[in-house]
Amino acid sequence: MSILVNKDSKIIVQGITGSEGSFHATQCLEYGKNVVGGVTPGKGGQTALDGAVPVFNSCQEAREKVGANVSLIFVPPPFAADAIMEAAAAGIELIVCITEGIPVAQMVEVKAYVATTGSRFIGPNCPGILTPGEAKVGIMPGFIAKRGSVGVISKSGTLTYEAVHQLCAEGLGQSTCIGIGGDPIIGTTMLDLLKMFEADPETDAVVMIGEIGGSMEIEAAQFAKDHITKPVIGFIAGQTAPPGRRMGHAGAIVSGADESAAAKKKLMAECGLIVVESPADIGRTVKAALK
Amino acid sequence: MKIHEYQAKGLLKGYGIPIQDGVTIEDLAQAEAAIDAVNKEHGAEQYVIKAQIHAGGRGKGGGVKFSSSREAALENIKKILGMTLVTHQTGAEGRLVKKVMVGEALDIKQEFYAAITLDRSKGMDVFMVSSEGGMEIEEVARTSPEKIIREAIVPGFGLRGFQARNLAAALGLEGQAAKQAVGMFQKLYKLYRELDCSIVEINPLVVTEQGNLVALDAKINFDDNALFLHPEIAQMRDLDEEDPAEVEAAKYHLNYIKLDGTVGCMVNGAGLAMSTMDIIKQVGGSPANFLDVGGGANVETVKNGFRIILSDPNVKAVLINIFGGIVRCDRIANGIIEAVKELDLNVPVVVRLAGTNADVAKELLAKSDVSIISADSFEDAAQKVVHAAKG
Repeated sequence: MSILVNKDSKIIVQGITGSEGSFHATQCLEYGKNVVGGVTPGKGGQTALDGAVPVFNSCQEAREKVGANVSLIFVPPPFAADAIMEAAAAGIELIVCITEGIPVAQMVEVKAYVATTGSRFIGPNCPGILTPGEAKVGIMPGFIAKRGSVGVISKSGTLTYEAVHQLCAEGLGQSTCIGIGGDPIIGTTMLDLLKMFEADPETDAVVMIGEIGGSMEIEAAQFAKDHITKPVIGFIAGQTAPPGRRMGHAGAIVSGADESAAAKKKLMAECGLIVVESPADIGRTVKAALK
Repeated sequence: MKIHEYQAKGLLKGYGIPIQDGVTIEDLAQAEAAIDAVNKEHGAEQYVIKAQIHAGGRGKGGGVKFSSSREAALENIKKILGMTLVTHQTGAEGRLVKKVMVGEALDIKQEFYAAITLDRSKGMDVFMVSSEGGMEIEEVARTSPEKIIREAIVPGFGLRGFQARNLAAALGLEGQAAKQAVGMFQKLYKLYRELDCSIVEINPLVVTEQGNLVALDAKINFDDNALFLHPEIAQMRDLDEEDPAEVEAAKYHLNYIKLDGTVGCMVNGAGLAMSTMDIIKQVGGSPANFLDVGGGANVETVKNGFRIILSDPNVKAVLINIFGGIVRCDRIANGIIEAVKELDLNVPVVVRLAGTNADVAKELLAKSDVSIISADSFEDAAQKVVHAAKG
């Protein structure tokens, strides 16, 4: 088991004919052999990835013809909101949007729309999902991860890789790794994923990597207090970040006292999470928690 | 992106929202003409001189002065234009005032607060008002949160009439003023949404002795992601208000924020960059900057990154922490070697490379004749660079 994606996922890539899209779609196909097509409006009937997969004009067509149930989006910012809505309207079960730079107001509306459909949406501005050995839906380097029982939820990209690297160095593999994105509005929260990992029999512990800004880590921690039985190891990046300054991610900005790293870590600890102080101690801490 | 008060008021005016009006000048030679224009166009005999900088707390810092006559206004313009204004948001070094607004002075009966921003946890915009106008809203939120009244905006529906009436009623407005408030609040939300703002704040929103509702001050920030939709807004950017090194970095698609420590950092990814700053602090050092070189790091980005980090004279050592995913570490290593040779570095450089092609990269660095301190782990790198910075 794992969560969200596995070897049976049928993945399509929206924006597969673009340079980013084709590069990463190739990597995903090599990793899990489960990319079944792509979507680029106006290029239906062609093939992509050196003839390996068909290109469709719409998500609806891709779902009907190749049974796509996961869509990975690399469409540029001006068209990305529309691409997400198209996938949701077509009944794609899981939508993962990598695109960085989508206007926030558009994401507010997209999120409200997706909630009216049955789709789950991850991102935007995220590295995607990796279920080691089975499926890669995004841009995480597959070779750094290995199969195991630690679930990883993160707002960041390379910091996730760092955490996975540390886990592997301790001999700990991962069930599924998810980068949820660093934007102010994202489709799936830490809390949503924590619930899924709790229900996944393969997952024994969850690493939750947050950062300054917003209240998502707090909501997850408060829920975990009474409802999550598995150990949750939490880290918050940005303890040295000055208030009011956006640290790269649009969402990584301390705009109130309770959005600072110190405040979040304090509350996480109060809720019974195992809080990691140094980003170099993530692997060691999980190892100790699992003993 | 932030804009000045006078620019924000210009936008409000365009949406038919009553403002405290005035004329903004950059040169003392324009002062008399500006006062005359405000007198003529707005019938003002008393004035308010307001420093135009991108920071709050201008009044307390001496950047806003009531002037009871033409002479007093002139005197205050002389005082404020060119002053270095220090507020709680500018830092101790303050900000040079390059523009002042000569505004009409109004007779104020009541002061309120009104603002629109995104409620991230709800995924909805929220319109907030408070009867505690003119105060710092963070203070009100902390001491008497019940005095902030909120209406959440359902995505796609705008601020509905009943919501605007609720807000007006919460401020105790009645009759003409209530009617004006409903119209104003709906126009404000329209502006916020149409221009992709991240915050619109009117503090204070006043009722004049004549019974009119007027925006006395205005703060508007925009969503950077949406600026491509609004070229006319993007043009309002005032580079004088931003850190020159940050502006320079943005030209090369580098995300740089200057801090006040001594350890320069070059990292790929925002989360890892923040964590790198954190670990430097934890092992006893202090970060000189945040620098995310992004996903497409290459020889050029590394070189430009070095130049920007080293433009800060406080930097005593540099840590490069790259976790290669898409980015190949061997390319980064080549960039480092080239940059070190070309830029004639005089500070120690600690390099930690992990991920894609890290082994090849380490070999490249070891074989090169440039002097670099190599580190294996995240922790090792932090300790070495902090040690080097203390020299």
